[in-house]
Amino acid sequence: MLQVILFNVTNGLIIGAFYVLMALGLSLILNLSNVINFAHGNFLALGGYFAFMLTPAIGFWGALLVAPLATALLGFIIERLMIRRVYNRDPVYSLLLTFGLAFIMQDVCRYIWGPNGLPLGVPDAMSAPVSDQLFFITWYRIFNVAVVIVAVSGLFAFLRFTRVGVRIRAGTLDLEMVSALGVNVSMLRSFNFGLGCLLAGLAGVLAAGQIGLNPNMGDDLLMPSFIAIIVGGVGSLTGTLVGGLLIGVAAALTTIVWPAASEAVIYVIMAVVLVLRPRGLMGEEGMLS
Amino acid sequence: MSGTATVTLGSRRIDRRWLQLLAIWVVLLAVPFWLPLLGGYTALAGRVLVLGLAAMSFNILLGFTGVMSFGHAAYFGLGAYGAGLTLKFLAASTPLAMLMGVLLGGGLGALFGLLIVRRRGVYFAMVTVAFGQVAFYVAYSWNDLTGGYDGLRGFSRAPLHLGLTTIDITNNSTAFYYFLLVVFAVAVGLQALLLASPFGRTLLAIRENERRARFLGIPIERHIWLSFTISCCFTALAGALYALLNNFADPMGLHYSLSGEIVIMTVMGGMRAFWGPLLGAAVFVVLQDYISSMTVNWMSFIGLIFVLVVLFFPRGLLGMLQRRDGA
Repeated sequence: MLQVILFNVTNGLIIGAFYVLMALGLSLILNLSNVINFAHGNFLALGGYFAFMLTPAIGFWGALLVAPLATALLGFIIERLMIRRVYNRDPVYSLLLTFGLAFIMQDVCRYIWGPNGLPLGVPDAMSAPVSDQLFFITWYRIFNVAVVIVAVSGLFAFLRFTRVGVRIRAGTLDLEMVSALGVNVSMLRSFNFGLGCLLAGLAGVLAAGQIGLNPNMGDDLLMPSFIAIIVGGVGSLTGTLVGGLLIGVAAALTTIVWPAASEAVIYVIMAVVLVLRPRGLMGEEGMLS
Repeated sequence: MSGTATVTLGSRRIDRRWLQLLAIWVVLLAVPFWLPLLGGYTALAGRVLVLGLAAMSFNILLGFTGVMSFGHAAYFGLGAYGAGLTLKFLAASTPLAMLMGVLLGGGLGALFGLLIVRRRGVYFAMVTVAFGQVAFYVAYSWNDLTGGYDGLRGFSRAPLHLGLTTIDITNNSTAFYYFLLVVFAVAVGLQALLLASPFGRTLLAIRENERRARFLGIPIERHIWLSFTISCCFTALAGALYALLNNFADPMGLHYSLSGEIVIMTVMGGMRAFWGPLLGAAVFVVLQDYISSMTVNWMSFIGLIFVLVVLFFPRGLLGMLQRRDGA
């Protein structure tokens, strides 16, 4: 029994780590640009496919580094070309735009790489289990968690200690004032969008190594990421982090007692949070509400 | 002088409205006569009516209250499942199926609405999407009742018993189209009455300036909740009709991608015009039908429609016409 619980908690934390990467990117974009990026799951898939293309040339480690950057660049370009144009309009337009982009990106992936799953090769040493007792944990999954921890710490350090990071946080609170102080807000938002896509791309490479690639691999992560943001509280990145891990573990633990309800439980958590604490666990009062 | 001019202008505008109304209904009534000539089929017109009703119901919220739900597919799908389950397990009665569909979709909408109404803007949209997916997962996982991934099959619409006569809407597709049209007319008529009522005017006031409406003592949350619930009821009715049309209800009818399609129909037709969503639904359904028969990459084209509408035609088709008139 203990092993079952341990297995599911580990599983939950690993899934939660993916939710966190996705949700932090979404949250960054939502906070600064007030846009829900429906195409975020497709950026994740693209990150995975980029790694698939790059691995034969520069190996897994090179791909792990370059593929997220390529995803970020693409996100930056798409933001400059299209999403930037709808910031000043009714929010319905930004939703529809990213929604349409999600359709196109998914179809393009299917067109280029085919509708069937593709494997992403990871170094052999990492596919082995950690030990006989912990047969359910491969080194690759531990490595996943380590990368997520490094990436999330890196993001928080970046937002705290660099000039651009501080501007992003300030812009979340009062974009007009940041603009008035002479910051190029338009560029800041584009950069921030790219940063969000970078996290999605990274999650894509990691996920591809674990479950393989398919054109709609990001779709299943999108809704839990929304819920992670709502549960954690809009406007708080720490909240998103907590929310993502919480629903990941909760879903995994529910699998032990009632497998069919493991998806449903995260919605129950969301409903409970909205009733008891409408702004989310760590949300600011009045933020976007 | 100027007074006379205004009066003529006013009456001319009223004339145009009646003409517009007349044109819409003539076109809709004559569908079984002109559609086959253009190579269409009556079921396609049925889909336009049903999705048009869904989009018009959604527009009570987006266009006339000014809040954006991105989870309306849930209530559409619940209406479909409500009707389908009634026909399969309760009784072979078409009106009862419609009633149960509306109760299921509207009831759950009312419940979720309580948790949703305090949010605004994109946050409102995000919470509505998330709640909408609840219905999707329930239908998807509850295999025994709903058929899970394969959808709910094994029911069919029942003939209508109207006291003296029986109308066979089961096999006669033209009769079924007119049945849809009657339900559509009643629903849309109710919506028009509602929007013209003091309640509807209050919703407009909330859309235009929520803070001012609040200062006037209007209970904003209660109005938005009512608007949300009413909108969900009508959307569920559309969903019930959809189940009757296809004799089938599937979980994709609850998925948020359909919510997005309902929104794009509304925006494409013109969200500030009463008939806009119907026009948008007609254009979208016909395009979708045509494109998906032409290419396997139909998703790219549908996505492209979204992008083009947002970037270049944000006011929608009727919105552009109205602007040209200066109205």
